[in-house]
Amino acid sequence: MLPSDSADPDSRWEEASAARVVPPARPRKLAKVPFVELADGRLQGVVSSGSDISRVYVSSVAVRTFAFACSTNNNRPCGGARGSFCKHIEALIAEAVLQYGGDRVGRYLRVDLADAAPTAGSISSTMRATRPAQGDTSAAAPVFSRFLRHLAYLELAATTAPLPEMQWFPPTRTAVA
Amino acid sequence: MVPADPDGGGLMRVDLLTEPVAGLDEALAAVDAFDRTLVAGLLRPQPAQAAALTGLADAVAGTPLAERVAEAADKAAAGAASEDDLVALAAARTAVFGAVHDALTARADEATGRVRPDEQPFPASESASPNLLAAARSWLADLARAGWQGLDHDVVAGAAQVVSAMLPEPALRRLAVLLDGFAAELAASCPGAALERVPVRRWADLWSRAMLLTRPGALTAAPAEPVSGRLLPLGVDLHEHATAVQAQVHAVFEPADGSTPRLVRASVSAPKPDTVVGMGVWQLLRPHMALLAAVSEGRSMDLDGMPLTAEGDLLWDDAQARQGDPADPFATARVALPKAAASTAAPLDRHPARIAVPVFLDGYGVQRDDAATVFALPGHNLPVDIDRIPTAGPLTPEAVAASTACIGLLRWDAGRFAVQPLAVEATVKKKALVLHAGAWAGGTADTAGVKAEKAATDAVAVLRERAGKLLRR
Repeated sequence: MLPSDSADPDSRWEEASAARVVPPARPRKLAKVPFVELADGRLQGVVSSGSDISRVYVSSVAVRTFAFACSTNNNRPCGGARGSFCKHIEALIAEAVLQYGGDRVGRYLRVDLADAAPTAGSISSTMRATRPAQGDTSAAAPVFSRFLRHLAYLELAATTAPLPEMQWFPPTRTAVA
Repeated sequence: MVPADPDGGGLMRVDLLTEPVAGLDEALAAVDAFDRTLVAGLLRPQPAQAAALTGLADAVAGTPLAERVAEAADKAAAGAASEDDLVALAAARTAVFGAVHDALTARADEATGRVRPDEQPFPASESASPNLLAAARSWLADLARAGWQGLDHDVVAGAAQVVSAMLPEPALRRLAVLLDGFAAELAASCPGAALERVPVRRWADLWSRAMLLTRPGALTAAPAEPVSGRLLPLGVDLHEHATAVQAQVHAVFEPADGSTPRLVRASVSAPKPDTVVGMGVWQLLRPHMALLAAVSEGRSMDLDGMPLTAEGDLLWDDAQARQGDPADPFATARVALPKAAASTAAPLDRHPARIAVPVFLDGYGVQRDDAATVFALPGHNLPVDIDRIPTAGPLTPEAVAASTACIGLLRWDAGRFAVQPLAVEATVKKKALVLHAGAWAGGTADTAGVKAEKAATDAVAVLRERAGKLLRR
């Protein structure tokens, strides 16, 4: 008998060339938080300023320690991020939950959550309850450059030459948990 | 062309798809053992890993690769594999899957009653950018040594610079898009030591394919000849990862000179930010291939001097196509598809993941539960891969369950054939409907579709506005 005939879905998944590994991002409005990602051991991203269209804030929360930082792209500290999360960090968490699902965000940050379907509110309040320290803003430059790299994808040309490698990347209907 | 059933317009022999394929289990066992060596990594191989490396070398012992691979396996088993040794191991694995591909393709041809021409020569040319290819190879070698369980952010981050430098180069786009999608999966799976399960075959597939594409000449485009005639679309197959999307239109091409019709594909792809999803991906692709609009409108297109490769890929240029008459894909599937000749895959493209044979099915029953959907045909069941149906379209798993006829792609993965629906004829609430997975590719008047279009347009507009402000400073 082929191992693939086994009823165990995990073993079929391990033998699948087209196994789905990362669930796709869920659509969300991008005006307030144009960029959010789970990377480099942080929840990090870029938040638009509410008052100045040409200004953005680079905000982040570290995995496990929840050390937080928020500053402008010109490295001016955010006035709200003293002692606890500012409104930019709250917006970042809310949009991350929209994009990746509360479960994945909570698991990534190692937030110890009691509820099965964590919301942005429960993730944020659980982190704030641990009285996290304010981190330094040294991550702001690399996060901002990752945002620029992300935007640069829009500038790359489309092609009508076939990409056979994309056969390994089928879409999936699996909703983000 | 000999249809499998001259009276039934090419009825499929589904029974052949579930029968054992000679030698398949042995080939997959050799590959699976090698793939498991990449889980722990090749830095300090254990005896089991050494045995698996020898097993892979044995699997290609009767081929021109034999000597080189045996040497590479020995070096790797001693924890001393060079980059070239790793390329040789990737080549051996690819060769085994090439044989698996050929056996499965022959079986699929038998089941669909299709004749495929013999292999054609694919000349290789010199590759540009040897430095970038070397950088990619070096990253891939690091991965193989670390193993999937040794993944951390530092190892994975090595890909970012290579990918950024490769993406703007048209000749390197294939490798860039592959590395980008692969690296994103690895990054999301860090740290490797904490992984509960590993996509063992998939990551070994992506690794060995990328490894081979770093070889000079591997990225050579297939030779193409201009063709003229009528193109009758069957359906759209979508591929996407976080930062790239490709749509492939499968179609029957009827040459103007009256020669044998051919099964062809037309592709369009683009890199994308990961927040452009759903309807947004059609919007990115739409301006570059008028064929997507023709598909949505249910039309054929007339081609004049469009390049067609020996692999059956049209190298699309809107200047060489104009709108044709209305053409019903189900009529094409019933009448033209059984008579169309297939093409032979390029040597390096011979892998089961690349098998996507257009088929027409009817006269089936549908069995559906939470875990799976199956087309029940007399005596045999054909699994249906409903997960591949894109969300930005009117075709749904429910419609597939209510369907009476289906245009699909026959694929093979994880040890079995399955069909991916591209379109169905269904009866929903006593109404006869025709639903296409790619119906929204060229735009839509459907209420849900229009709403999704608006949301996607807004998302891209915000990003473009930001890019305009921040990128050009």
